[in-house]
Amino acid sequence: MAKHETPLLDQLESGPWPSFVTDMKHQAETKPEVWDILGQLELSYTDKITHWKHGGIVGVFGYGGGIVGRYSDLPKRFPGVEHFHTVRVAQPSSKYYSTKHLRDIMNLWEKYGSGMTNFHGSTGDIILLGTRTENLEPLFWDLTHDLGQDLGGSGSNLRTPANCIGQSRCEWSCYDTEECCYFLTQKYQDEIHRPAFPYKFKFKFSGCANDCVAAIARSDIAVIGTWRDNIRIDQAAVKEYVAGNYPANGGAHSGRDWGKFDLQKEVIGLCPTGCMWMEGGQLKIDDKECTRCMHCINVMPRALRPGVDTGATICVGAKAPILDGAQFATLIVPFMKVSKDNEFEELVNFIETVWDWWMEVGKNRERVGETMQRVGLPTFIKVMGIEPIPQHVKEPRSNPYVFWQDEEVPGGFERDVVEFRKKHAA
Amino acid sequence: MGYNPDKPMEGRISDLGPLYYEQFFPAVIKENKGKWLWHEIIQPGVLMHKSESGAEVYTIRAGGVRLMSVEFVREICDIADKHCDGFLRFTTRNNIEFMVDSKAKVQPLLDDLKSRGNKFPVGGTGAGVTNIVHTQGWVHCHTPATDASGVVKAVMDELFDYFTSMTLPAQCRIALACCLNMCGAVHASDIAILGVHRKPPMIDHSRISGVCELPLAIASCPLGAVKPAKVEIDGKEIKTVKVNNERCMFCGNCYTMCPAMPLADPDGDGIAILVGGKVSNRISAPKFSKLVIPFLPNTTPRWPETVEAIKKILVAYAADAKKYERVGEWAERIGWEKFFEKCDIPFTEKSIDDYRLAYDTWRTTTQFKYTSHIK
Repeated sequence: MAKHETPLLDQLESGPWPSFVTDMKHQAETKPEVWDILGQLELSYTDKITHWKHGGIVGVFGYGGGIVGRYSDLPKRFPGVEHFHTVRVAQPSSKYYSTKHLRDIMNLWEKYGSGMTNFHGSTGDIILLGTRTENLEPLFWDLTHDLGQDLGGSGSNLRTPANCIGQSRCEWSCYDTEECCYFLTQKYQDEIHRPAFPYKFKFKFSGCANDCVAAIARSDIAVIGTWRDNIRIDQAAVKEYVAGNYPANGGAHSGRDWGKFDLQKEVIGLCPTGCMWMEGGQLKIDDKECTRCMHCINVMPRALRPGVDTGATICVGAKAPILDGAQFATLIVPFMKVSKDNEFEELVNFIETVWDWWMEVGKNRERVGETMQRVGLPTFIKVMGIEPIPQHVKEPRSNPYVFWQDEEVPGGFERDVVEFRKKHAA
Repeated sequence: MGYNPDKPMEGRISDLGPLYYEQFFPAVIKENKGKWLWHEIIQPGVLMHKSESGAEVYTIRAGGVRLMSVEFVREICDIADKHCDGFLRFTTRNNIEFMVDSKAKVQPLLDDLKSRGNKFPVGGTGAGVTNIVHTQGWVHCHTPATDASGVVKAVMDELFDYFTSMTLPAQCRIALACCLNMCGAVHASDIAILGVHRKPPMIDHSRISGVCELPLAIASCPLGAVKPAKVEIDGKEIKTVKVNNERCMFCGNCYTMCPAMPLADPDGDGIAILVGGKVSNRISAPKFSKLVIPFLPNTTPRWPETVEAIKKILVAYAADAKKYERVGEWAERIGWEKFFEKCDIPFTEKSIDDYRLAYDTWRTTTQFKYTSHIK
């Protein structure tokens, strides 16, 4: 029986897309406090404004992140959501689960929480949505002791790293994104749980330039798979595509009649570097000119594959707009070997060099991309001990305002104006 | 034995991190990791990956709602127990993926999903609209300018046929963030639904000294619109801040730093639409989404203005773009003036950048098209 009338939310129960309202009402049958979530949400639909108070610092002993405090501004009317703290639980790489583990988490959340979750939050964590302060320690105890599971990150720390599906079910992943993500997540547990940074910091791991985990748009250090040898070509399969026997783009366009597959137009003609051509019935690629955008491989997955000398491109400094506008990550290392064989040594060194510098010079609530903008890319790559290369820029600067250094100019900056005047009367 | 509040540190375990992922792999995934050769979408929402071992894995993708109950997750588990040996996964866009190791197991799984009403729509693959990634909205957030789950439900109801088919020129990624903090990182989406505030913050002078570090509140403003001030409360002079309303760009960063500066408002808040962003490096470089509709109201419960605007953009794109062209690539090819005309969106000065580095977006060429904008 409904505890609150929800005439506005009820209108979100119709239509073909799954309804969260229907789901919540069903859950409210066994977890009555869900009625207060619905009741307060209905009020927001009437008032067109949130009814959650600002912030609230809660957590578990020893951790500075992982729980986000939340309180209702109408606790008397909606006592079930008086406290409504979020628990971020670290997700496994690629978000595979056994039903056993998922059920264990659900049982835990039925016992200690609201009964509502997010699969998943934007950064990648499992989100357990809404519990009371006094439940946090018992929940954390059971989570760690019974489930062997841990909290994710929140606040000015390393946020829970995330990866694309990688080699577990994708033929294009140029390194093991799952292992890399897991290894570094374990290595940096302290940085995830105890805020010591100027602001949040994110790693994301994508296996190729398709970037399914949006690393280049969303992470402070984006590790994006690539290769430095040649695209592998199966000429027989190319012929099958030309003959129309294999569907273009893995069948992604099969819902509409786009006409017969046209290799010239759809692959060669769209190649951004113009490095492909047909010759004697064979597809040719001038790999030295290729920028590995993935288009041709996406279109003909049975004929073309990334090379075998694989690694990753490292880009730094992406963020959403707050405050100085959105930034994509800037290419810093064109190619790096990324392998568990040496425990991701090059990447670890890179990460820690960035952190050592940013923790020193970064201002409060300044993402590393903003620090890079403030000091300039030349300064950043110098800090990183990296030689400047044309790959660091889209184009050379168009203004002439070079910050020459004293030691770069013969004789230095110190001069004698009296001597100058002896030759040049004022 | 559970948690003992009298001895909170005794027996405590910390810094375990996530469980090792491999234990959650279905057998066919575990056996073929790193051996996959190619894949094909055999029908909307159904992928087949072929391994060099000859093995195949069939993935059935169902749209998830992100906000889901314990009971709902248990139902997902029931399905995975019945058909998938007790394993499943979620995608980065909140879809649920059920995997089976032979073609014969696909149809029974599809039939099962279909028998559960509208809970598990199969689709979200290839050249269509996949699930909308989104933030919390009024369900849980303290700074939103709109709801999230409700807007997404309304939009996906309207775009449902694009989810279950593959008829677009390319994939179209839609994302929603309920305020400019963009927990949903919508800044690189084909179509972005963004909650925006339009009224400057109020100052709660009676609370500000108790809940705010004034220098942090002042420093939080990217445009220097927050200044120190003094006011008299009950005959006592207190230190507080004032806001230069003309400078405010409604980013809400001051409220993030100072709870005594609320800016949400029923009439002020609503949705902006940005288009043409992308993350992939395919053909062209990643692009930011661009603001094309500065404001649409929070018309609850189904946001008809937002739904209509998105549908119009999608229909125009579907009709006009070339195969493989993302929304942003299409807009750049035809020119943004044509984009506004073809999508029937009025162009306003609000789409002209006047923030930092704005000049980068001003047109400095004589090349343009004669559209209805030129009178």
